[in-house]
Amino acid sequence: MIVLAAVAIPTALVTLLIGMALVLTGLWVGENVSLLPQDASSNAPVYDSLFQVLFSIGTILFVGIVGLLVFSLIRFRRRPGESLDGAAIEGNLPLEILWTAIPAVVVLFVGIYSYDIYERMGGMASLNHHDLGPQSELAHRHGGHGDAMVMASISASDSGGDTTPAGPSSDPGSRPRVWGGIGVPDQAVEAEAVSVDLTAMQFAFIFHYPDTNIISGELHVPAGRTVELHMEARDVIHAFWVPQFRLKQDVIPGQPTVLSFTATRPGSYPIVCAELCGPYHGGMRSTVVVHEPDAYEAWLRQNTPTASPTVANSGTTPTA
Amino acid sequence: MTLASPTDFQPQGEPPASSPGGLQPDGWLRYLSFSLDHKVIGLQYLVCGFFFYFLGGALAGVIRTELASPISDFVSRETYNEVLTLHGTVMIFLWIVPVVNGAFGNYLIPFYVGARDMAFPRLNAVAFWLIPPAGLLLITSYFVQGGAAQSGWTAYPPLSITTPALGQVLWILSVLLLGGSSIFGGINFIATILKLRRPGLKMMQLPMYCWAMLGTSILVVLSTPVLAGTLILLSFDIIAHTGFFNPALGGNVVVYQHLFWFYSHPAVYIMVLPAFGLVSEILPIHARKPLFGYTTMVYSIMGIVVLGLVVWAHHMFTSGTPPWMRLFFTIATSFIAVPTGIKFFNWLATLWGGKIALNSAMLFACAFIVNFVFGGITGVALAQVPFDIHVHDTYFVVAHFHYIVYGGTVFVIFSSVYHWYPKFTGRMLNEHLGRFHFLLTFIGFNLCFAPQHWLGLNGMPRRVAEYDPSFATWNQVSSVGALLMAISSLPFLINILVSAYRGEIAGDNPWRALTPEWLTTSPPPVENWIGEAPLVTHPYGYGSAQDQIDLGAATGRDLWGGPGL
Amino acid sequence: MTSLAPGNSDTETRDVVSTAAVAHAGHDHGGEHADARLFGLATFLVADGMTFAGFFAAYLTFRAVNPLPPGSNYELELVLPAINTMLLLVSSYTFHRAGRGLLRGDGPACRLWLLLTAALGAAFLAGQMVEYFHLPFGLTDNLFASTFYALTGFHGLHVTLGVICILIVWWQCRSGGRVAASTPFGLEAAELYWHFVDGIWVILFGILYLL
Repeated sequence: MIVLAAVAIPTALVTLLIGMALVLTGLWVGENVSLLPQDASSNAPVYDSLFQVLFSIGTILFVGIVGLLVFSLIRFRRRPGESLDGAAIEGNLPLEILWTAIPAVVVLFVGIYSYDIYERMGGMASLNHHDLGPQSELAHRHGGHGDAMVMASISASDSGGDTTPAGPSSDPGSRPRVWGGIGVPDQAVEAEAVSVDLTAMQFAFIFHYPDTNIISGELHVPAGRTVELHMEARDVIHAFWVPQFRLKQDVIPGQPTVLSFTATRPGSYPIVCAELCGPYHGGMRSTVVVHEPDAYEAWLRQNTPTASPTVANSGTTPTA
Repeated sequence: MTLASPTDFQPQGEPPASSPGGLQPDGWLRYLSFSLDHKVIGLQYLVCGFFFYFLGGALAGVIRTELASPISDFVSRETYNEVLTLHGTVMIFLWIVPVVNGAFGNYLIPFYVGARDMAFPRLNAVAFWLIPPAGLLLITSYFVQGGAAQSGWTAYPPLSITTPALGQVLWILSVLLLGGSSIFGGINFIATILKLRRPGLKMMQLPMYCWAMLGTSILVVLSTPVLAGTLILLSFDIIAHTGFFNPALGGNVVVYQHLFWFYSHPAVYIMVLPAFGLVSEILPIHARKPLFGYTTMVYSIMGIVVLGLVVWAHHMFTSGTPPWMRLFFTIATSFIAVPTGIKFFNWLATLWGGKIALNSAMLFACAFIVNFVFGGITGVALAQVPFDIHVHDTYFVVAHFHYIVYGGTVFVIFSSVYHWYPKFTGRMLNEHLGRFHFLLTFIGFNLCFAPQHWLGLNGMPRRVAEYDPSFATWNQVSSVGALLMAISSLPFLINILVSAYRGEIAGDNPWRALTPEWLTTSPPPVENWIGEAPLVTHPYGYGSAQDQIDLGAATGRDLWGGPGL
Repeated sequence: MTSLAPGNSDTETRDVVSTAAVAHAGHDHGGEHADARLFGLATFLVADGMTFAGFFAAYLTFRAVNPLPPGSNYELELVLPAINTMLLLVSSYTFHRAGRGLLRGDGPACRLWLLLTAALGAAFLAGQMVEYFHLPFGLTDNLFASTFYALTGFHGLHVTLGVICILIVWWQCRSGGRVAASTPFGLEAAELYWHFVDGIWVILFGILYLL
């Protein structure tokens, strides 16, 4: 619309200045106005930079269009007693081309940029990885004490090995398929990952630490280490959302789902169910506690059931 | 070619009161009858729609009252879920879709194509009369055993399978009836626009609303049946215990989501495209300028139709959809911004250099531009997978789509009522009350929904009866905004009712408009025109050279493609 | 009304509005109307086809994504459905002959072909019933069974409706009835619908039985 103004107003300089001011305003707003909660995961800063870009572009567009509209309404309002028409202009092809092309370029840029962001968050990597390696999932399930090295080697050989392009998804037959949202970008990190099982039900999240058999109503994770949540829903669709992590994943019955994240800032953050799941949906909340690595180890030691695993399952809900 | 002034084809006195039907009642009674007159049906849609608007508004009032405090204290949690389900269903299926399509479509399209009525008047009446029973069904479902549906207007299984069955089945039945009504209406519009045009009237000479309705009806015909089929399968799951969408029985809930959104995303365009069309009619008349870029406007509508059919999965970015799908639907969704943007730039260019009358119709139309641009910007943001992952199913989304459907479409409905009321009734609405109504609505609306963006970004999910106390302040601001919106309908109602009897006599063409509905009496006679239907080949032929030298240049055709001002 | 400017509305209107001297623009849309009705029906069939498309898409997705529990993979018997397919395809041809008969003015031939078409449709339905009774699974047995019955049942509903329509048209084709060589709409509409139902069956047969 800057250019529209340039066509309409002969003083191109004024238009140019207004346009520049507009762009600077947008950039400033994107840079300095924060609408988001604290960032507490490695995803969050990446997400926030996307938000900033979108916020800047949005502000420029919105302020520009509204400014132009309000200007038109005042400048071209019909004064009392006027009965003439406006100028009989039916269109302008160059202008049309211009305001088709510019949004197309902007939108394309935003699309590619957000795709890049998504890849950096692990959105694309995880799925490829998990699509290729449902066996690693099996290994994990049957491995009991989460032999991370075995897991990693299997999945590495899986994706590295020359699997047929058809892939396992064409034969979902007996192997459990895993759905995914955000995953682990590379397998070296995954080897280190803390694995937690999450069961969502009306109206609670239950966390189970397979390595230590801890069962908890709260999620405790160490800062700086990747956490791999293996999620399953018992009854209806729920969604696992931690606003400070900028992460959300639906937990759908019948679809085992994996979500990975790395918490960065110690503290307590809300876990929110974000999919209508029944009357107490609003009350379906929990907390994720991010510990310093040492404190996390201490928490693990404190809460690991001392009895044999068979007894340990009988529901000691530890508190931190 | 003979020139004619409106008086040539309009009677000086009252139109003959008798309708050709014979058995059809006259006077106000025909609005309660199975009338075949497209204007009667249009007004039936409009009044019926407003009834449900106030019903849905009352439900919204319950929601905002409940959310005025962080704990669940106003209604029970079950009732709250029933209320939010009914609110969504009523507002979408009984208010916006019937009014922007059925009401204005039926009233205006036959005029615009130069016909005496719609292509299938009987089907048209059937389509309307499916709506009251469907609405009644929805209302009664609240009082049956177990209460109304509680699974939201999306009715996602397995929740919709596990909540009380009777209410959910009645909900499905009601939506099926409304879907049928919508399909019948869509078929009628397509046939009327394509087949009933007055001889000599070319497609590219039609008013923009015809194109919008053509595009909308194509979407209705292609996508609504899919919803109907899906809901039938869902009802099997509930009644016959099949397992289509029940994972416990081997079914797949994501398939439901795909099929549901295959309708329900185009449904957004079904609600918004007609509004685009109406705005394209209103702006040129009150700005006294031709609609800018007619041809690109037509192409952009068709572009939106095509793209609108292939973007549905952006509602499912967190449902474990495969990566290629996320990528494709992100790009496709983002690109809808291009044709939509074209429309907005063209409207701005229409206003630029006009002689803009700042009346209620214009104010509502311009506020539509402001609100919709805002909602569109958040929409492009939501199309980006990583962005969506954070705000999906939060109040950010609630705010976004209320900016689209309320700030967009409902503002246009109000604008249209102010614009066409003189045609409907022959009397003007009061401008002062109208502007007061506008001011209250605009402030109330923004107060209500703007804070919800922040709420969503900071962690408030949608469809909750209780929330973190830290969100209380902005929720209360939002509730105050909702209260203002409720109050704003008072001046509107008073205006509508009083002006019907006391309003200034409008005359046939108070806006000096050129579109065909203004070239007959107000209100128009039963078959629209006494005598020949006018052939309007330049519906936007406003504007004059500054010194008014050449009447032949009034259409400005010769300036197309020129260097502009 | 500050927005209203008095005066020049007539001059405004005059140069863009003209009542063209086309004779029949007014009351009767006689010729056009029949066209619009067939066109409307075709539009409706597009909508109806989309319902089927939704079902097909659901079926194909279920097939690809949701494995059936072990031991519940049935091989569908092909002979009867293949015969049924032939019946429907032939019935499309017989309907076509009926239409040609009507346009030729040969009422009796038209009615005979119509009856034959209805009989073929009824035979199809009977065949479908026989198949239903011999299938080893019921509606709620598993996802495939449910989808199978939903698809074939919904199509069978269409065939039933089609047979009823054919019989109505057959009645209307009697001499002096509503449908005649000059007013063939009823027959044309039923024919369009019948071809549509046949076409859907061919697709259904392809993806449900052959795939």
